[in-house]
Amino acid sequence: MSADVMCDDKGFCVQREGERCVIDATGVYYRQLNEHIRAAMEHGVTDIEVVQVRGQRYIATAVEGDVRFTVRGVPGQDLGAFMRGPTIHVHGNAQDGVGNTMDGGRIVIHGMAGDVLGYAMRDGRILVRGDVGYRVGIHMKAYMDRVPVIVVGGKAGDFLGEYMAGGAIILLGMHSGMADAPITGRNLGTGMHGGVIYLRGRVPEYQLGPGLSMEPLDEADLEFLRGHIADFAAEFAGEFGADGTEPADAEALAVAILSEPFVKIRPFSHRPYGNMYVGTN
Amino acid sequence: MQAPRDFWHFDKDISGCGVFGVIDRARRLIPGSEPIAAMCTMHDRGNGLGGGFAAYGIYPDRADWYAFHLMCDDRDALERAEGVIKQFHDIRHSEPIPTRKVASVKNPPVVWRFFVTPKSNRPAWATGDEADYMVGTVMHINTKVPGVFVFSSGKDMGAFKGVGFPEDIADFFRLDEYHAHMWTGHNRFPTNTPGWWGGAHPFTLLDWAIVHNGEISSYGINKRYLCQHGYECTLMTDTEVVAYLIDLLIRKHGLTKREASWVFAPPFWDEVDRMPEAEREAFKALRMVYGPALLNGPFAILVTDSNGMMGLNDRVKLRPLVVAEQGDRVFMSSEESSIREVCRDLDRVWAPKAGQPVIVDYLPQGGAA
Repeated sequence: MSADVMCDDKGFCVQREGERCVIDATGVYYRQLNEHIRAAMEHGVTDIEVVQVRGQRYIATAVEGDVRFTVRGVPGQDLGAFMRGPTIHVHGNAQDGVGNTMDGGRIVIHGMAGDVLGYAMRDGRILVRGDVGYRVGIHMKAYMDRVPVIVVGGKAGDFLGEYMAGGAIILLGMHSGMADAPITGRNLGTGMHGGVIYLRGRVPEYQLGPGLSMEPLDEADLEFLRGHIADFAAEFAGEFGADGTEPADAEALAVAILSEPFVKIRPFSHRPYGNMYVGTN
Repeated sequence: MQAPRDFWHFDKDISGCGVFGVIDRARRLIPGSEPIAAMCTMHDRGNGLGGGFAAYGIYPDRADWYAFHLMCDDRDALERAEGVIKQFHDIRHSEPIPTRKVASVKNPPVVWRFFVTPKSNRPAWATGDEADYMVGTVMHINTKVPGVFVFSSGKDMGAFKGVGFPEDIADFFRLDEYHAHMWTGHNRFPTNTPGWWGGAHPFTLLDWAIVHNGEISSYGINKRYLCQHGYECTLMTDTEVVAYLIDLLIRKHGLTKREASWVFAPPFWDEVDRMPEAEREAFKALRMVYGPALLNGPFAILVTDSNGMMGLNDRVKLRPLVVAEQGDRVFMSSEESSIREVCRDLDRVWAPKAGQPVIVDYLPQGGAA
């Protein structure tokens, strides 16, 4: 492992240490930034830290394989879109379109995120410490063992899980900057025909989209939830809780999160919209 | 300076407009470089067919005079406009708006500013108050004087806009040389209407200025409703109706900004049904009276006037809006990154709920900061 300077054909150089490099995004246009990231990966770098990020779009978009990104600042739209495999840690808030049509891997946001997070997500994990915007997890889907999961520590806006076809959304409503807001808004799961949404606490029935049920959890749900909450707590132990009262220890945090009852929201029936336009069953 | 004849032939790119605003509640001055840098961060939200800024507190030595910003096809058009203005107002000061040549800003119109006060011996038919008289002048010039548009008409404020990316327009109007205690900026991505100088944001009337990301699908009904109240839309961009509606609702009809936001983005009927009776009746009445002023379609708008700034989303939040605070400064933007570009450390950042306005007023003059 030796430090060396790695340059691309446009004269842009980054300090490289073995498998690791740091890219300063100050004043770098998103296209060039993503070219630098690609160039670093072609040089065999698998641990990329991007600092001073302010709005550059498409970071780690469509990247495949075992690459680790650390993003410091506020990444722009479509962070990790279409990606398959990488892990991204964002130290800051993310904007809209995080994990758009993501196909695998893991995005951890140590802050808040904007609208349409996890749109049409097909596999992988997105963990957000704080609040998320509107239309999170819309069009999420699952196939066989490919089951995407979004865990949100804060609150969500309207249309959570709209048109959801598969996968799971877990909403905790705990680490929120919006004390007066409900845990999530209207049109919850509208058009949902697969997958499941777990909420810590409850919402009034009128927030639910049509054709959905709100039920207590069974043992299979709890087992699923325990696994994902343990994972979430391990990421955010020491930085969780709106008022700083949550335990700093991961196991204790997981216990605290699970100390309140959850409900699950699912469609009443299999393929509730199957006969909507053309009779198929 | 007409809308291009083949304006429907645009290729569509994937993008959306960008808005940015900053207010210093204690009226400390903010250099133009800050909103320009913030808009640069959101370069890709526009496509170069419109950029603009509004700035408040830029004419302190002429703060008692209305500042008319005009864009004119040529010198003849400017002279026609000057003749009309002289007929109804005393011109206190007149000068070209300072500009510099910018390679990317093609064929700019003649831009001029008049600082005016209404004549004391107004015509007998001018029965309204002074503000009505000013609005009448703007409407008259925009509809009746060929080749001229008034694109700013408030006191101690001004709009600057044109065809180009916002950074190009800022360069053209030399906005780096201005200081203001409130700024808004806009990066345009025209979708349904031509990208021409008059159609860039902000849209203004008196000291109102509006920047908008989205599209006002209710433009047609809003426009007809405004026409009945003496406001005529001439700029071929949907956002124009917001500037006139806000003037009608707040200045003319005495609604508060909060009430106006209930007209623009009213609660859904199922929400109204769940309200206590008195509230329910009030919202029904508001909807019955002001239905034609409802703004349908996606929007994130920043509304500014001499009292401060309001940010508002449509009621299903189809466009992004982030608000941040740092001391006496409040920022509102389509993207948090643009705020961080000019202010790294923020006390608080949040995304307002759909239809919930964020209203920020200046602190009382001479009051504690």
